[in-house]
Amino acid sequence: MSEITKEATHEQLLYATILEKGMYIGLASMFVTFTLYVFEFVPPVIPLDQVAAYWNLPVDQYLAAINHSYLHLEQPPVGWSWMSLLAKGDFLNFLPIAILSGVTIICYIAIAPGLFSRGDKAMGLICLATAAVLILAASGIVAGGH
Amino acid sequence: MLKDVLERGGKLLFTLMCAVTLSPAWALASEVAAEVPMVPSIDGSGWWKWPLILLVVTFVMGIIAVLGGVGGGVLFVPIISGFFPFHLDFVRGTGLLVALSGALAAGPGLLKANLASLRLALPVALIASTMAIVGAMVGLALPTHIIQLSLGGTILGIVAIMLSAKKSTVPDVPAADNLSSALRICGIYHEPTMQQDINWKVHRTPAGLATFIVIGFMAGMFGLGAGWANVPVLNLMMGAPLKISVATSKFLLSITDTSAAWIYLNKGCVIPMMVVPSLIGIMLGSFVGVRLLKVAKPTMIRWMVIGILGFAGLKAMHKGLSSMGIF
Repeated sequence: MSEITKEATHEQLLYATILEKGMYIGLASMFVTFTLYVFEFVPPVIPLDQVAAYWNLPVDQYLAAINHSYLHLEQPPVGWSWMSLLAKGDFLNFLPIAILSGVTIICYIAIAPGLFSRGDKAMGLICLATAAVLILAASGIVAGGH
Repeated sequence: MLKDVLERGGKLLFTLMCAVTLSPAWALASEVAAEVPMVPSIDGSGWWKWPLILLVVTFVMGIIAVLGGVGGGVLFVPIISGFFPFHLDFVRGTGLLVALSGALAAGPGLLKANLASLRLALPVALIASTMAIVGAMVGLALPTHIIQLSLGGTILGIVAIMLSAKKSTVPDVPAADNLSSALRICGIYHEPTMQQDINWKVHRTPAGLATFIVIGFMAGMFGLGAGWANVPVLNLMMGAPLKISVATSKFLLSITDTSAAWIYLNKGCVIPMMVVPSLIGIMLGSFVGVRLLKVAKPTMIRWMVIGILGFAGLKAMHKGLSSMGIF
């Protein structure tokens, strides 16, 4: 294991570098997708002038209503089903949000091998466990609801 | 004709704000079953007004958050849920993304400067992010009025913490406990006010980690960033130096809020027309707030934040009680 110094460790710098790149990619993508959406270059599911009719509803009712009025799917779009709606301007904006929410998982997976190779097994295991928790959250297997 | 001009103007304003704010330089600085409700068409010619108001309010919020030393999320959820027409489900989802974006923007710099400690954050993040998932699931399952009522109570609790919590630049930690020794949670940083390198370690690690069970749960349940709770626990309970505590807390939010944000995202609690203006407003406001720090009076701003939070907390409780027919 390495000595404690004033400088950030290799793993900490690696984590910071990946986090920074993911953050820039996510924010830049958000600018692009929101521009495509708000100028209707990519038509949304909910017309811009009708969004205000839906945002005061509880999420379950909101999803049921937009499905009934616009999507006509068998089930309202939850979990990763937004991926199949990326051709729609509003759902396209889920992509940068997923990037911003996903970059931390990549950071964890990237630093785990370095921790193990330095004999830092406890931190390595904590790292893998946290990555597993975040992947579980992202998977949509666990979800709340009314 | 005038409507078209206003609409295009609104769109243009959004895009310009996006272009400026999302550049790298700026980035640094219910309860009923899912029956299909009848949603009548509305005259949506002024659809851009609420997002524009949201942009302006979150811009002011971003300034106040920096000057008051609080995160954006803790201001966002009570104020937006109290005074805007958006449902609390979407406000909490957006609040988490606001807090997450702020943490992502600050995290890399804090890690590189070795102010945020990865070794301190890793075990804490495992517990907090796990509990944030549970909190998000519970929060989305409970009736809105119960969440609103609990949110009001929590915000008033935060006000009490802000009024009473002390800070310690370098707490006295006589000896590291067994757990923190085993995990080698320690470090060295330079404290310019004392002109020396501080060799820091932590104690009471099991109790500190146990506290993060509650903090993570509340962060997920209410969509709040949890800096208001992270810093006192890391600094006063575990004995990490104040700067390390503040920086690690900010970085920690990028992990805790990630897990809860996925739950809200998978549940569909994301409306881009709310999320993007909010992120832009908070980031722009934070940038201006940093500039104003040199001339602002922090004590006055802090009292203002406490006042705003107190009012928003009471408003949330009033909404919750009204829904129950009590008021």
